[in-house]
Amino acid sequence: MENTALLEVRDLRVEFRTREGVAKAVNGVSCTVHAGQTLAVLGESGSGKSVTAQAVMGILDSPPGFVTGGQVLFQGRDLLTMGEEQRRRLRGAKLAMIFQDALSALNPVMTVGAQLAEMYQVHRGMSGKEARARAVQLMDRVRIPAAKERVNDYPHQFSGGMRQRIMIAMALALEPDLIIADEPTTALDVTVQAQVMDLLAELRREFNMGLILITHDLGVVADVADRIAVMYAGRIVETAPVHQLYEAPAHPYTRGLLDSIPRLDRKGQRLHAIKGLPPSLTAIPPGCPFNPRCPRAQDICRTDRPPLFPVAAGRTSACHFWKDTLDAR
Amino acid sequence: MSRYVARRLLQMIPVFIGSTFLIFFMVYALGDPVAALFGDKAPDPATAARIRQDLYLDQPLWKQYLHYMGQVFAGNFGTAFNGQPVTELMGSAFPVTLRLTIVAIVFEVVIGIALGVLSGLRRGRPVDTTVLLLTLVVVSVPTFVSGYVLQYLIGVKWRLASPSVSPEATFGELLLPGVVLALTSLAYVTRLTRTSLAENARADYLRTALAKGLPRHRIVLRHLLRNSLIPVVTFIGADIGALMGGAIVTERIFNIRGVGFQLYQGILRQNSPTVVGFVTILVIVFLLANLLVDLLYAVLDPRIRYA
Repeated sequence: MENTALLEVRDLRVEFRTREGVAKAVNGVSCTVHAGQTLAVLGESGSGKSVTAQAVMGILDSPPGFVTGGQVLFQGRDLLTMGEEQRRRLRGAKLAMIFQDALSALNPVMTVGAQLAEMYQVHRGMSGKEARARAVQLMDRVRIPAAKERVNDYPHQFSGGMRQRIMIAMALALEPDLIIADEPTTALDVTVQAQVMDLLAELRREFNMGLILITHDLGVVADVADRIAVMYAGRIVETAPVHQLYEAPAHPYTRGLLDSIPRLDRKGQRLHAIKGLPPSLTAIPPGCPFNPRCPRAQDICRTDRPPLFPVAAGRTSACHFWKDTLDAR
Repeated sequence: MSRYVARRLLQMIPVFIGSTFLIFFMVYALGDPVAALFGDKAPDPATAARIRQDLYLDQPLWKQYLHYMGQVFAGNFGTAFNGQPVTELMGSAFPVTLRLTIVAIVFEVVIGIALGVLSGLRRGRPVDTTVLLLTLVVVSVPTFVSGYVLQYLIGVKWRLASPSVSPEATFGELLLPGVVLALTSLAYVTRLTRTSLAENARADYLRTALAKGLPRHRIVLRHLLRNSLIPVVTFIGADIGALMGGAIVTERIFNIRGVGFQLYQGILRQNSPTVVGFVTILVIVFLLANLLVDLLYAVLDPRIRYA
């Protein structure tokens, strides 16, 4: 592995101050992404995946969202203590983001060409004509047929898959070092999902970018990710190289997630689901936040919050009983 | 697009006929214009009959209407009872009201949108609360109150502007009446802009714009405002029609010889050709303004396409 990490998040904390109370969305997340590596962040809705991504990008809705602690080191520099103008220049140019629903994430009243060209005009100071030509190249690059003719079309005139390609093109425009993709294929048809995912993986390899792939789809993860971080209630509960995690999870929550994948060889049986609901972020239970839903929960789980225990080289688990979980395949 | 415009123009025909017939019916059938001509004196029956025949009033109403419409399309709106051709009245009144409307629209656009943007970008702050409160006051005070108050304060007490408008009705003289006329709509424009801005500020594409590393002014101007002003522009478009015809109170207060003034006089003196003629033109203005708004909508929002 390379010696300096591309992105290192240390003990990141984010809370949302609302009228109903303070929701602790991210509670001490630490993770590392190296150049050319893909980290998948896995978790249910509300586990803090997207909020972590937004805090890293610096696009958190504030108020109500506030980063209350931690460091976000991007190529060794802390983004959180950086001036806003300096940080803006990095956004889009060095670290870019791909959003889930391209239809709402693209501006409905601007042509896709204008939205792509904007990147070059703002960050590179190109003329409109030059930038427009680069936009066409980009659209070719993400394999949009007849890019030259379609550059003046509006987002709603494209299919879902094509729109997501435009989103990807926009993120790739300035060849950033890190891309954060927030559920990039969730809004797409299954057939299109694979195409878009393959394209993203291919381009990532080509530009040797780091990729953070936020998803709740375990199927997507297996193909493209190097490492996985599983999030629960604003914490990372397990990190592992992707295949090790699939073979032997070291956290009961990960176990539960893996068991909930419908499998053809168990056709006819009841689908497995994790009991209960994720905790409200305004009232995270004491001890291990997963304890009310955990089949292994003991008294210690209700009182002591488990730290991330080193399980093996490059593996951690925030479970008091990680050993038992690991052994109980 | 052109097919849509053609269809809309065709649809205007029944609306035009219906509304003009209605006004024609109300004005001619519900009063006796010949009696009105003589005021308090009882007319000599022979003379009255002659006038009736001259003015086509001895015919059934539908024939009168057809005759009138035929005349209108030949450019003849008839003669007011004082002998002045109605077209001449229109020629003097419409330019005045048009100038008044332009002044009002400019105020609505410049001040209304500026205040809306100001409060929309600073939601919940003192500026926003103040603006909201002010618009509420403006909306709740009727024009004849705000008109007379402003006329007294600015025109009479402080002498910053003339309290009444000369027959020439220059743009300068129309500034104060323009403000009065614009006030209510201005408040609505402010509120509409603010709400629209607040709604779009939460949109996903704005977060995208932020993630692209665009500078704030570009995000606000290119992405936020462009989207937020769509409903505002269409509201202002529709308001043009309303301001043209609805200036009766304002024109009365400032003694402006515009459309509202002529209509008021026409109604007061049962001057049927004037009333019917002016309303006919106003109906056309309304219909065209509405068409314009619908077309504008398609230009501003590419998602809307008319076929």
